[in-house]
Amino acid sequence: MAVEDVMVEPWYMMQMVQAFLQAPVYHIVIEVLLIVWIIGLLFSKSYRIQERVQLTEKEKEDLLAEWKPEPLVPDTPEDHPALHPRVVSGKAGLKVVVDGKECLNLATLNFLGMLGNKRIEKAANTALYKYGVGSCGPRGFYGTVDVHLDLEDKLAKYTRTEEAILYAYGFATIASAIPAYSKRGDIVFCDEGACFAIQKGLLASRSKVVYFKHNDMEDLERLLKEQAKDDKKNPKKAAVTRRFVLVEGIYMNYGDIVPLPKLVELKYKYKVRIFIEESASFGVLGDNGRGVTEHFGVPIEDIDLISANMEMSLASIGGFCCGDSFVIDHQRLSGQGYCFSASLPPMLSVAASEALRIMEEKPGIFEELRTRCQWLHAKLSSIPGLKVCGEPISPIMHLQLAAPSSRAEDTKKLETMCNECMNQGVALTVARYLEQEEHLVPPPSIRVAVNVELTEDDIDHATAVITNVAKMVL
Amino acid sequence: MNCSNVGRKSPQDYESAPFLAACWTYISLAILIMFGYLRDFLRRIGLDKNQSATERNKMKGFVPLYASFEGFFSRNIFKRAIHGAGKPICSPPTVEVDVLERTSDDENWHFRLTGKKRRCINLASYNYLGFAEKDGPCVHATAQALQQYGVGVCSSRQELGNYNIHEELETTTARFLGVEDAITFGMGFATNSMNIPVLMGGKGCLILSDEKNHASIVLGARLGGSVIQVFKHNDMDDLEEKLRDAIISGRPGTHRAWRKILIIVEGIYSMEGSIVKLLDVIRLKRKYGAYLYLDEAHSIGALGETGRGVTEYWGVNPRDVDIMMGTFTKGFGAAGGYIAGSKRLINHLRTYSHSTTYACSMSAPVAQQVISSMRIIMGEDGTEIGKLRIAQLAANAKYFRRRLRDMGFVVCGDDDSPVVPFLVCVPGRILAVMEELFERNIACVTGTFPATSITKGRARVCISAAHTQQMLDKALDAISEVGDRLQLKYSL
Repeated sequence: MAVEDVMVEPWYMMQMVQAFLQAPVYHIVIEVLLIVWIIGLLFSKSYRIQERVQLTEKEKEDLLAEWKPEPLVPDTPEDHPALHPRVVSGKAGLKVVVDGKECLNLATLNFLGMLGNKRIEKAANTALYKYGVGSCGPRGFYGTVDVHLDLEDKLAKYTRTEEAILYAYGFATIASAIPAYSKRGDIVFCDEGACFAIQKGLLASRSKVVYFKHNDMEDLERLLKEQAKDDKKNPKKAAVTRRFVLVEGIYMNYGDIVPLPKLVELKYKYKVRIFIEESASFGVLGDNGRGVTEHFGVPIEDIDLISANMEMSLASIGGFCCGDSFVIDHQRLSGQGYCFSASLPPMLSVAASEALRIMEEKPGIFEELRTRCQWLHAKLSSIPGLKVCGEPISPIMHLQLAAPSSRAEDTKKLETMCNECMNQGVALTVARYLEQEEHLVPPPSIRVAVNVELTEDDIDHATAVITNVAKMVL
Repeated sequence: MNCSNVGRKSPQDYESAPFLAACWTYISLAILIMFGYLRDFLRRIGLDKNQSATERNKMKGFVPLYASFEGFFSRNIFKRAIHGAGKPICSPPTVEVDVLERTSDDENWHFRLTGKKRRCINLASYNYLGFAEKDGPCVHATAQALQQYGVGVCSSRQELGNYNIHEELETTTARFLGVEDAITFGMGFATNSMNIPVLMGGKGCLILSDEKNHASIVLGARLGGSVIQVFKHNDMDDLEEKLRDAIISGRPGTHRAWRKILIIVEGIYSMEGSIVKLLDVIRLKRKYGAYLYLDEAHSIGALGETGRGVTEYWGVNPRDVDIMMGTFTKGFGAAGGYIAGSKRLINHLRTYSHSTTYACSMSAPVAQQVISSMRIIMGEDGTEIGKLRIAQLAANAKYFRRRLRDMGFVVCGDDDSPVVPFLVCVPGRILAVMEELFERNIACVTGTFPATSITKGRARVCISAAHTQQMLDKALDAISEVGDRLQLKYSL
């Protein structure tokens, strides 16, 4: 008989009974046991894995009545500086009016002086009268305005990458980008001194995080070697575990620059992908301000993802990620801060576009900025009682106490110094951290930010004021 | 497929998707997935071009960046529908919006703008009170703020990013809501994700979150490290049961008492269109001692006689809600979010919020837009515009719902909510609805899995106070036509 005939022929009752009688005994026994078991399962009462506490109704009511939650939030001490922030009125350009007093601004991260630039304001004004303020929707729901596409295009062209994606908030940029790629089970090697946004992104990703000593490529290599050893023991798991290295171009908390060429070497040797957070180095490093890759002459294709916020050099709001389309396009579906949030207001997007245009037209601005950083760094290094932390060409430098004591005391001294400097016309700020939440909270410091519009006189004046105040307070 | 939507006061428990539609949904998904595998196979053997971006050759030897299913969904399912979503606009997102037309030369892998634009009636943007305009007193005030403060801020609230306009915004918001104090942030999403961990940080906290809560709430709850339990959407019995269980059994494993319990609900749920049963939630919270976090992203400005949100709608004293949160994106035509409540709560957030410590403050012109629109709603600008808009929105929403229901669509959510979703169910029809409506110059959005359950894919309309009667009628006619064409009138 052909196979098709056998399959097509229906089984008649007779044949079924015959098969039953001809089957071996053990087969029937097993079948019967299985049927009995299934019926048993179907009719047995289902129970929760968690043991339900067997209490009487009275006991339950007692428990419910007794339970008292703790207060929603604890009391905050009245004298905490966050409850008495300084009030700024007017533009925070090179000069800023703080608590009614005009000061030289060394506190806001307005590196290229774009805040207060008339051209940018004019462009933003035109956009305001063309688009209104809000975009009233996420990118996928008619919230994509043509200026967003324009800015993404410009950013991709400027950074010489294939694609860029825009976010409406700087903090959310890296905090959404990391969990889009790194999931539970993946490994991220992160610098100890990474900023808070990166830490939150890592927390959201639920990946395994391995911290390496700040800017220490040898420590990173040691950890990568260890990981390679572990991989050999379990190659199947290793084949599906993604690895990433997360660094910043210029570290917000320390002001130093990542040694990128060595990192790229490690990338290809140990097969880890590199994500760089370039908020403080975009528009600062490199001949054309393209960031740390241009600074070291590393081809940008070697970096898997660059994330930066537009709240520093571009003096707007929001952030962007750029890289290969293969990498960036994924965030359009998986970046939480992209899919589930309203898009950037068009006016702010246009301001960033205009700032980019200015950066393109004036490539000399970056060298000017770096020169001023070097001047300020040199001058501040000579102040007794304080030490300057950060690279000379970094626009962010931290003034720490040369002779530190306890954290609380040091912070108080630095606060007093800032207040005194403010009285004498120089606006400075103590770097703020959530000490309990940080992975490795940096030592207390005053964060000084350089503005390209600073003149030599400004720098001398500021140094003199800080020296005086340091003498007074310390 | 019987229905009696007419006469029901609060159709929270609308009947489930029509049986046939549910069947078709599963069949369509199966066909899509089958085709997906087929296309992947063809691509692998070289018969079909792989148009999606691929990794560089340098990256051979690296662990693949995407799990195989993620790529599958993106290539074979999402890409087929992408031309519906993400259409760019080139005008303010008011009730009539200019949508830029796109075309693709390679089957929707890459788009380019044709240069043509199409004026559509906007049923998609969150513009409840019509403040997304490019003219008017709000815009003029914003322009002034732009001249006065510039665009960016370049600093955080605790450092040098605290402007007097931010303080004005916060006092205005607190006054608007009728609470002691408020604090504002630059992004609505981040308001949840950066502050819920601050309120519910540390071990021993429990969060009871509604099933349909927004992604930002889910993320915030996860980041705080508290235990999260989900209760059925707007189901007060389920919430009560979970509350009782939680207090009686205590923390899993140790059975110690919970330190605090937080119930998180939204005012209006954006994909369901339902309004939270606030009276019951408050009764439960008082009875059991839990705290309440109310996310009014969609309901602030849109509900209540004077636009004060869902607390006013239900006649609840705003001070009964421990944490009132909302966003400025929808009712106020700006961007950003706020949290409001007692002074003690706000002081804590000012000190320990991730946003005030590390993130950039709100842009000053955007803050000004919120202040102007809030004052208009409150009537402090001396006109009746605010009152008129609120009344118009309520009337528009009721009218639109009634007409849709009469036509035979299955409309979700509550009668008074300006978010009007109606069921479409089948994936192919979901895409078709968007495209057909666009052909008729109506801009509408749709939601499908995972924002909704698999068989309850829907189209969603956001009513605005600025919609005129003609616009609504035109939209309804188009929707009716499309409904007939695609057989969406499940209630008939």
